[in-house]
Amino acid sequence: MTQAVTIESPTATEGATARIAPQPLLSVRGLTTRFRTERGTVAAVDDVSFDVAVGETLAIVGESGSGKSVTALSILRLIPDPPGRIERGQILFGGQDLLKLTDAEMRGLRGNRIAMIFQEPMSSLNPALTVGMQVGEPINQHRRMPWSGALAKARELLGAVRMSDVEARARAYPHQFSGGMRQRAMIAMALACEPQLIIADEPTTALDVTVQAQILDLLKDLAQGVHSALILITHDLGVVARYADRVVVMYAGRVVESAPARQLYAQPRHPYTRGLMASVPRLDGDTGKRLVPIEGQPPNLAALPVGCAFAARCPQAVDACRSARPPLREIGPQHQVACILES
Amino acid sequence: MTQPLLRVDNLKVHFPVFKGAVFQHEVATVRAVDGVSFTLARGETLGLVGESGCGKSTTGLAAIRMLTPTSGRIEFEGQDISTLDKTQMQPLRRRMQMVYQDPYGSLNPRMKVRDIISEPLEVHGLAGERRARAEKIAQLMQAVGLLPDMADRYPHEFSGGQRQRIGIARALALEPSLIVCDEPVSALDVSIQAQVVNVFVDLQQRLGLAYLFIAHDLAVVRHVSNRIAVMYLGRIVEIAPRDEIYRTPLHPYTQALLAAVPVADPEVERARKRVTISGEIPSAMNPPSGCRFHTRCPHAFARCRTDDPPLVGMGSGRAAACHLHAAP
Repeated sequence: MTQAVTIESPTATEGATARIAPQPLLSVRGLTTRFRTERGTVAAVDDVSFDVAVGETLAIVGESGSGKSVTALSILRLIPDPPGRIERGQILFGGQDLLKLTDAEMRGLRGNRIAMIFQEPMSSLNPALTVGMQVGEPINQHRRMPWSGALAKARELLGAVRMSDVEARARAYPHQFSGGMRQRAMIAMALACEPQLIIADEPTTALDVTVQAQILDLLKDLAQGVHSALILITHDLGVVARYADRVVVMYAGRVVESAPARQLYAQPRHPYTRGLMASVPRLDGDTGKRLVPIEGQPPNLAALPVGCAFAARCPQAVDACRSARPPLREIGPQHQVACILES
Repeated sequence: MTQPLLRVDNLKVHFPVFKGAVFQHEVATVRAVDGVSFTLARGETLGLVGESGCGKSTTGLAAIRMLTPTSGRIEFEGQDISTLDKTQMQPLRRRMQMVYQDPYGSLNPRMKVRDIISEPLEVHGLAGERRARAEKIAQLMQAVGLLPDMADRYPHEFSGGQRQRIGIARALALEPSLIVCDEPVSALDVSIQAQVVNVFVDLQQRLGLAYLFIAHDLAVVRHVSNRIAVMYLGRIVEIAPRDEIYRTPLHPYTQALLAAVPVADPEVERARKRVTISGEIPSAMNPPSGCRFHTRCPHAFARCRTDDPPLVGMGSGRAAACHLHAAP
């Protein structure tokens, strides 16, 4: 059962509990995506499974190379082939396996029922089109609304992402916008068709911290307004704590832990999750204390060990960790861990 | 009071903006740093925080004369270095070093680690004979947590965190008294950041180094700094001892900046009061009149739009530039 908890400031109103759905909106099962590289093929995403309930915010956390972005691109079937390939698994969206759809059917879905927001707004906006046209395009494409109507709707959306002087902004080009404004335009575009799912891949990593807060608050508010679920991909444990209902922690292409956000922060069970929490200095932390880093380096995906990928850096590792990959097991309600020491 | 290691007084760094391909003419000035003053004691860490474009990196570069200031005075170990030329600066360079943000771009890919670390020694004619140099390199590598037998490898064989350690070892080679660290951990993965932060903290305790620690990550800055200066549009808006600035921030910008940083704890986040400010940082080419923050400040009143508030001391090492906290 989904017991989703929305983490919000007390001032923000209602919508606090995501609606409990009998069937998840998105169900990823055994997803494996491989890339051919000079040093052989690597599984950037390896047997990844998770669910997203209707209207909930799921954070996927991990460091570079953990497979969090490739997971997002796989869901949208935007993996460049070659060198990449989705090898195995199911991506059930509203009960339908996205991996079985034709390219045309996928195009009908993207920007319509599933929208994506990328880290770099400048490289995901078309420099030669006005912002109004880009925000209006999904409405024109998917809703078959004539351009005049689509552009009017675009101006409305730009107002919804709290841009001032909407008329002028809609006629401007992306280079005339600041980073924060471009990301607002991206959000407007993502919301254009009121998607059921928005995937945001590090949407504020390139932005300053005061602007980051504005953008994420806005994204969360507007997604809730249209009952859209949100997959938030990030490396920032603070952002996760502020915005996520549930969290999936990835390491070396695999899910190592998955739990409701409060549960994960209160009782992290995987040694990697615990290591991450201990290594990040907190604004409200004890300054006299030395940071406890995770020793060693993230593993090379092309030469992963037979056993647990984290074993080499894990302070608790025992021999059995090095002999077989630990499966992801349920250890409590909604709480899954891939560690043989936890059961 | 003992003499500070570094004293920066009313530092200004302005960059002219040119237009025209053949007949270039100056069309505007970016006031990257526009009247910054602070001191740094021996063995102390001053954190310099602010958002992109606030002038924190330019301040750091100018403080060790990697840039020529437009005006203002910079005293290093009691000597005015603000107008020294390249040759005059050369002997002082070994006392002040820099660690950069990008561990990929700041190491020459064609040089072995041993040569990268010993290059500053060669430049300053301190390399000594072969065996002594090899020993020194091994010591430096150990000091930053690298295995000395990696000395014959090239930078590409190292991870980001290890490369940053190489950059620190290079900065340490000349036994400086001051290191300017410009976003030294922000390019690293979270699990690696703590390793490198600990290297900085340990070295300071062992060697008595002073750091000017420039970063946008307030939690990291809080962890390493004794005092913190918050910059906005080329100015310091607040400077205070570490705990004071986090416990009772005075300037509305400091308050907003701290409130914007999420804490990695859902329970804390739920209980937190959220102060958000609207808008983005204005252009340093044409900063707002009066207080530069007034366009985004939730407490701005008439005077803020016309009068530029000076940085006023509040006692116990604190100062803020805000009319709300003006001296009576």
